[in-house]
Amino acid sequence: MNGKYETHEHDVLVIGAGGAGLRAAIEALAQGASVGVVSKSLLGKAHTVMAEGGIAAAMANVDAADDWRTHFRDTMRGGKLLNHWRMAQIHAHEAGDRVRELEQWGALFDRTEDGRILQRAFGGHSFKRLCHVGDRTGLEMIRTLQDRGVQMGIDVYMECTVTRLLTDGDRVAGAFAYWRENGRFVVFKAKSIVLATGGIGKAYPVTSNSWEYTGDGMALAYATGAELMDMEFVQFHPTGMVWPPGVQGLLVTEAVRGEGGLLRNKLGERFMQRYDPQRMELSTRDVVARAIYTEVREGRGSEHGGAFLDISHKPAEYVKRKLPSMYHQFLELADVDITRSAMEVGPTCHYMMGGLRVDPETAACTVPGLFAAGEVAAGLHGANRLGGNSLSDLLVFGRRAGFAAAEYAKKQSWPALDPAEIAQGEGEMLCVFERQAGDTPYAVHADLQQLMQNLVGIFRTEEDLKSALTGIERLKDRMGRVGVPGTRMFNPGWHLYADMKSMLAIAEAVTRSALARKESRGAHSRLDYPKTDATWGEQNNIIRRHGSEMVLEQSPVPKMPAELQTLLAEEKGAGA
Amino acid sequence: MPEVTLKIFRGDREGGQTADYQVPVSPGMVVLDALHYVQKHLAPDLAVRWNCKAGRCGSCSAEVNGRPRLTCKTRMDSLPGDRPVTILPMKSFPVIKDLVTDVSWNYKVNKKIPGFKPRPKTEWKMRQEDVDRVQEFRKCIECFLCQNVCHVLRDHGKHEQFGGPRFFVRVAALEMHPLDGISRAALLKNELGLGFCNITKCCTEVCPEEIHITDNAIIPMKERVVDEFYDPVLKLVRRIRGEKSARE
Repeated sequence: MNGKYETHEHDVLVIGAGGAGLRAAIEALAQGASVGVVSKSLLGKAHTVMAEGGIAAAMANVDAADDWRTHFRDTMRGGKLLNHWRMAQIHAHEAGDRVRELEQWGALFDRTEDGRILQRAFGGHSFKRLCHVGDRTGLEMIRTLQDRGVQMGIDVYMECTVTRLLTDGDRVAGAFAYWRENGRFVVFKAKSIVLATGGIGKAYPVTSNSWEYTGDGMALAYATGAELMDMEFVQFHPTGMVWPPGVQGLLVTEAVRGEGGLLRNKLGERFMQRYDPQRMELSTRDVVARAIYTEVREGRGSEHGGAFLDISHKPAEYVKRKLPSMYHQFLELADVDITRSAMEVGPTCHYMMGGLRVDPETAACTVPGLFAAGEVAAGLHGANRLGGNSLSDLLVFGRRAGFAAAEYAKKQSWPALDPAEIAQGEGEMLCVFERQAGDTPYAVHADLQQLMQNLVGIFRTEEDLKSALTGIERLKDRMGRVGVPGTRMFNPGWHLYADMKSMLAIAEAVTRSALARKESRGAHSRLDYPKTDATWGEQNNIIRRHGSEMVLEQSPVPKMPAELQTLLAEEKGAGA
Repeated sequence: MPEVTLKIFRGDREGGQTADYQVPVSPGMVVLDALHYVQKHLAPDLAVRWNCKAGRCGSCSAEVNGRPRLTCKTRMDSLPGDRPVTILPMKSFPVIKDLVTDVSWNYKVNKKIPGFKPRPKTEWKMRQEDVDRVQEFRKCIECFLCQNVCHVLRDHGKHEQFGGPRFFVRVAALEMHPLDGISRAALLKNELGLGFCNITKCCTEVCPEEIHITDNAIIPMKERVVDEFYDPVLKLVRRIRGEKSARE
């Protein structure tokens, strides 16, 4: 029936080859499943390589008093209690084992004096908790997982983009994709699918994210009927580069502050005194990002509209050893020697706390056979993520998703593929070649990014969000008319056309959720509702598709057991 | 804003030639920014491989004015402004389209290398001093620029018999891992063709991560092969002590 298309069959199909996808694939393979990994990029290039600061795990190698309870408490408080308590508990419980496992697969973390894994301080964490490799922890992690996967005989379909999930009745049946190299279509038939496609940063112009972060997994699953949750919570990392223009948004790791870096405005004031005198530079990201934004808006910013981040009071050799990538990044791209002078930094779109609603134990989405792990999933981080909790999230829930997807596949027969769905998939990708090229995907993308930055950024109002919704509708219309010159051979204009469909759906979801939540909490700041509201604190925003309409409703935040409530109420920890 | 002419290779496996594009240069602009400008405004189907634009992923390798570089780390103001900037795909790999090359050969070589295997009864403790030298190799972002300049591959095309600098670095990282328990000397000698390398250091010169590929990885690995295969005294000592050997 699919003779027309190249077809591959796997028990478990993993979409995305970053930390979560690779960890899921390794686990599903270990469970005896046949596993295929589809990746938009070459293996080892996923956005995980850009993670810098470390992996949070309460291993107590440096601060003996640390344990999972404190990690749980910090994560919940950092997330303004909107987190799914059970995900936060599982995460705090299992992160240490997942780090040790990486070490046993060959990862080489920085060491303590007595030869154990070294841990560093980070914003919102009560103890020194981040296992790290200088400022290139993500690279170490992805290389370790990649090597492990290759040794196990993983099948990787590199430079292949999924544009549609296929279904058989209620359950998933596979995926429709194209090879980036030659534009040919390919069909994957699978009993279960793990989505590990990461976040949405490319919907914003100033972002630390790589081009791949276009919200694919969320959009694919949403189209298939899965629920999205808490989409209003987009994290702006406080410290991205602001100058020169070409590098605007590039991440400056929180490890700079973890290692003692100080934030100052143009008057030389350590302005965090005004926003969080207790934790100062090591406050949570939402607070520091708003602080820098406010300093700039009130005229105390640096020349290029940022704040100064200074680590030059530490010995030059120490800075070069602990922050080598930062040293080179600023020297080569901005002509700044960070061992001698301050960096100019400002907020950059960094991470999506919201995403697919999943079951805490199995990472299952609300569509049978579909699982999601890592940034594409919601729940663990609530309204704001702590630094270092992302890499541990990838490992903990990547493993759980891979395990559950393999278990699910064992119990299922092969699904049937629907030729009509495949034909639709082909049609929506090919129609663009038949149109006159006028408006291009590049132009629509640039306009979407500006809209998101201006109207759905760090500070939001009802008026802005409403006009954003109108604007997104207009952009959708334009996408219905864009043309793509050239052929299907490695054609980036065509690739962007595919990505834009995801970005527009996700932009709408973010805007609708932001409009609905009439309070300020964590990363979501409403100028017209500046206070935190206890009623909203008990509500998750849920989005699902109803025909062609996006519908939003509230669902109560799951209640945590009494013993965890007591634990959370204890005074210890980094404070709320 | 000053403008510069880019001469970019346009073509595929069948062949091709450079085409000229005029691009305005802004402060701090890198070559990859210029390529993105071309995609956005002049040639939407220009094929360029890139991911992070931060020097972290090693995807955007190309030959800029004849030098193999990461285009995301090559500043426009570091190039002569009075003449065109020529951007060609890496020469050692087959062109797919424009600046995108087929680097899949590297992934095949990698599969030949046995992964990390801890010694039995390992206690997971390591000293930073012992980890330091391996961490240097672990900085590799797999941009394959070292593979691209290595004359064994570039000029002699020995892709079948030779692994290339990237994979000597990879093997060195495994061999020098303080807790690794197996030897890959036979693999280096036979399947990866380490002997073809005559230490001209071209690889070291182009490494964007400044890994001392020749001095710290290749030469020690060559010594290890010599020790294993050509030193009868050491071999005897090893046998008496019952130490590991590549040939067992």
